[in-house]
Amino acid sequence: METLNYLNNGHGLKSWLLTKDHKRIALLYLVSITVFFVIGGFFAMLVRLELLTPAGDLLTSETYNKMFTMHGVVMVFFFLIPSIPAVLGNFLIPIMVGAKDLAFPRINLLSWYIYVLGGVFTLVAALGGGVDTGWTFYTPYSTAAANGHVITAALGVFITGFSSILTGLNFIVTIHRMRAPGLTWFRLPLFVWSHYATSLIMILGTPVIAITVLLVAAERGLHLGIFDPALGGDPILFQHLFWFYSHPAVYIMILPAMGVVSEIVQAFTRKNIFGYSFVAFSSLAIAIIGFLVWGHHLFVSGQSVYSGMIFSFLSFCVAIPSAIKVFNWTATIFKGSVCLDSPMLYAFGFIGLFTIGGLTGLFLAAMGLDIHVHDTYFVVAHFHYIMVGGAIMGYLGGLHYWWPKISGRRYSEPWAKFSALLVFTGFNLTFFPQFIAGYLGMPRRYHAYPPEFQVLNVASTLGASILTVGYVIPLIYFAYSLFAGEKSVNDPWGARGLEWEIPSPPPTENFTVSPVVTEGTHQYVHPNQEVGLA
Amino acid sequence: MRDAHSEHFPGPIHQPPLASNVDAIQPHDHEELPHHPKLQHHFDDMAQQVEASTLGMWVFLVTEIMFFGGLFTAYLVYRYINPEGFAEASHHLNVTWGAVNTIVLIVSSLTMALAVRSAQISAPPKTQVAWIGATMLLGATFLGVKAIEYYDKFTHHLVPGPNFHWEGKHPAPAEMFYSLYFCMTGLHAIHMVIGLGIMTVIGFMAWRRTFDADYYTPVEVAGLYWHFVDIVWIFLFPLLYLIGGHFTE
Amino acid sequence: MFTNFPFFPHQASAHAAQVDAIYFFMVSVTAFFSLLIAGLLVFFAIKYHRRDDDEVGAAIHGSLALELLWTIIPFFITMLMFGWGAMVFFDAYRPPKGAMEIYIVGKQWMWKAQHMGGQKEINELHVPVGRAVKLTMGSEDVLHSFYIPAFRVKADVIPGRYNVLWFTPTKPGRYHLFCAEYCGTNHSGMIGWVEVMEPTDFQAWLGGGRASDSPAAAGEKLFQDLVCISCHRDDAQARGPQLKGLFGHTVRLQGGATAVADEAYIRESIVNPQAKIVDGFLPIMPTFQGLVSEEQLLQLIAYVRSLGEVAAPAPAGAAAAPAPGKD
Repeated sequence: METLNYLNNGHGLKSWLLTKDHKRIALLYLVSITVFFVIGGFFAMLVRLELLTPAGDLLTSETYNKMFTMHGVVMVFFFLIPSIPAVLGNFLIPIMVGAKDLAFPRINLLSWYIYVLGGVFTLVAALGGGVDTGWTFYTPYSTAAANGHVITAALGVFITGFSSILTGLNFIVTIHRMRAPGLTWFRLPLFVWSHYATSLIMILGTPVIAITVLLVAAERGLHLGIFDPALGGDPILFQHLFWFYSHPAVYIMILPAMGVVSEIVQAFTRKNIFGYSFVAFSSLAIAIIGFLVWGHHLFVSGQSVYSGMIFSFLSFCVAIPSAIKVFNWTATIFKGSVCLDSPMLYAFGFIGLFTIGGLTGLFLAAMGLDIHVHDTYFVVAHFHYIMVGGAIMGYLGGLHYWWPKISGRRYSEPWAKFSALLVFTGFNLTFFPQFIAGYLGMPRRYHAYPPEFQVLNVASTLGASILTVGYVIPLIYFAYSLFAGEKSVNDPWGARGLEWEIPSPPPTENFTVSPVVTEGTHQYVHPNQEVGLA
Repeated sequence: MRDAHSEHFPGPIHQPPLASNVDAIQPHDHEELPHHPKLQHHFDDMAQQVEASTLGMWVFLVTEIMFFGGLFTAYLVYRYINPEGFAEASHHLNVTWGAVNTIVLIVSSLTMALAVRSAQISAPPKTQVAWIGATMLLGATFLGVKAIEYYDKFTHHLVPGPNFHWEGKHPAPAEMFYSLYFCMTGLHAIHMVIGLGIMTVIGFMAWRRTFDADYYTPVEVAGLYWHFVDIVWIFLFPLLYLIGGHFTE
Repeated sequence: MFTNFPFFPHQASAHAAQVDAIYFFMVSVTAFFSLLIAGLLVFFAIKYHRRDDDEVGAAIHGSLALELLWTIIPFFITMLMFGWGAMVFFDAYRPPKGAMEIYIVGKQWMWKAQHMGGQKEINELHVPVGRAVKLTMGSEDVLHSFYIPAFRVKADVIPGRYNVLWFTPTKPGRYHLFCAEYCGTNHSGMIGWVEVMEPTDFQAWLGGGRASDSPAAAGEKLFQDLVCISCHRDDAQARGPQLKGLFGHTVRLQGGATAVADEAYIRESIVNPQAKIVDGFLPIMPTFQGLVSEEQLLQLIAYVRSLGEVAAPAPAGAAAAPAPGKD
């Protein structure tokens, strides 16, 4: 009796592992990304458990160093960077532009296999003894002195980078060439704009980290000496090359989440975004300016004070488009019809926590202040506010919002609200104390620490435990919904957008006939309402 | 229609869809129309497929520029710091072989362009395969010359690592130069090998009469890749082989 | 666990108050905007809560005036932060003349300090209150970073080059010293104490303890042992530049470029002599890379300094270069 949709159109392992359907590929990514999130979270748990006491008494120093390294490598490269684009972007972008699939479906599948291959390399490095260089692989430690499977891990990162590149390439060509008739750029959903900007970063930045980690592997394996001062090389050159990608990479992590938030805020206020073109252009501005700020990671390295000033200035500039978004989201909620269902709770969490995270980034952009807080827990707190308080909340919000579309089922809303609150509470308790610890001078990547930092670390570990529970509960109710959740209608939220015009779950080809678009996708205007501010 | 289970969740907006932005009625369905056998069905028509394919290759080439860019950056930094050392090291490269390879690649780009052209004008498969084959032959020649050069470096202890030995005045910069030389030309050579693989596939497809004026996108796209690999060499040659001129000492 | 639970570290240097001032400003701005946004979100969520299933929001698209307002005001605030942060950085960046010099060598996993009078310390640094101290720092192996939270100063310690850090302690006491750049297994053990003493106590400390050669004296010994004297001598047999009065001098190199003979120049001349050849000399100096440790390099530098420093650069081509040696 079930209608044919992308989930039941073809059964068996082969129909999934050899699929060309962007929606099935999105689910392949969902499963593998969740696996890596659990692995990365496991490493984090060990770090936080060790840090309950000042002495290094749970793990040896070497093991601890491997734990924080692999937490970083797995979370950055195998969770945060792919998450929203590979799961939600893959699923939604063809639908949102009115197409049957992405431009290159087979390359899309290839990108997943590449991701898995890179993941296997990294797991081999982890299980084979681990890597202890930090996710940043700084030389000459990583090339000359580190114990552990640096080459394998570096190759894992190298390989996975191509997954990112191919995803970005696919999105760019799809958005340029496959929009439905009538769907002009300025009628596109903001989710698409943010993924377009993200894709620009993916294709321009990722190749640089690729060549950089390849050089690290080559140097370590072949004793080349490009970064090793003992052989005439410059360790600071590594840092420049590394951060040239890794700073824009953080915008790869946050821009898609911002796109999700724009969609959720409109749907759960049933109101147009305030300042559409400003929000759209701010995504592009973040992508462009984001390529010009990498030197703020090198303020204390001895780089010229003049280049430091340029990087500091631009780092402050890149905050402005983000601020514009926050104000526009807030203005959207003004006089909206606000519904606080779980996706909206995550969006609210994002807006508040991203504001704090973004503003604490300014502390780091101020050169004189950065001297004190660089390489302390202040930095750790800052980036976790953005990546966990921001990006992960955006990811969870998006998963909740589009779950009925993806699965055709409703999850338990009370449980979802409860875990959203757990996540919010656990998150703040985990990371706010770290700002304090950092300003007090607690350096990062410390296995053991002076006793006066203990109370802050205990609070942080307690928060992490709550956060973990908050992350586990959705796994349960999402899985449960697949079997026993009530079926969803096309448009369970009363939202607007091409994805809500098609069935939940959608048919394989998305649209039985190509849509012809006549106006922007988020008009909630009731014919009798007065027109507001221009 | 109000969803019967929607105690907690508002159903779809009650009134008829407001300002629906979609005129989804016009049958835009191309499946009823005859189309080229090579049209992939997620595209509306061949024109869209061609545009998407070429844009895709251009975007990919941009990523390749960034990929090589990291090495060029390292090269520029170290050359700036060690101008004399790099010049001294560069003099040991064989300019003749380098120039031969440059000519070989430029000619191969010509044969590649002619291969694309031959497909574009529906030339007989034999002609297409001939031009593709010529391109591959020249590519293989390039790799052969590089093999000779690499072997020469190996026998003269110019491979960085424990066996590196430099007689001149600037041993540390020389080792750095040769590290970069092998990385840059090695990466380029890998791209050539991949290019030969691509051309093998294209050649086989051409032999099977796949390409004509209505459909030659794969050849065009392969051509773009080939030209890019050629252009990278055009930059590598002077930067590696021609530092400081070879004609004063 | 609850001992010593402050929110801010001690302010123990002249610079610390400057850093704390900009910190307080930024905390205020952050708190203000975070509370503003959070407050608005909560307020709007309550005030505009959806009342029935069919309700939609108001038809508002945007406002150029508001967009400009919340672009321009944040821009001015960030530019203020930028300028202020840069000024605080300048203060930390340039050591004042006449600062007391100490050499620091970081190695896995300890800090070695060398006072100019010969006193050596490991993982401790004794300094007098009220006097500017300049640290010249090198690494024996990998990246490290020298961090004193109470002074609000930090600088990376990088193999192959020297970085400088300076401070003026203002409060006697004992303050944490941390390595702040991950350097391997015992990174969190590469810590120590900075002991700030009253000047009289500091003099007493300098005088007591094991007497050991000043770095300059140790450097002179090395200069003899490594037979540097065979080329760097002030007679007709000299094949290398004279070192008397060299430090701080602007040197003329082959090809017309110039360089200032500072610590980095001297270090490079020993480990990579072919990098810069002084005009009028042959490139015949052998490299001592691998034959001298970072500490020994600093001692040799101290010795060269002890041969006379020049405060201002000499005119180009002036007499540091005697007639070329034979050949």
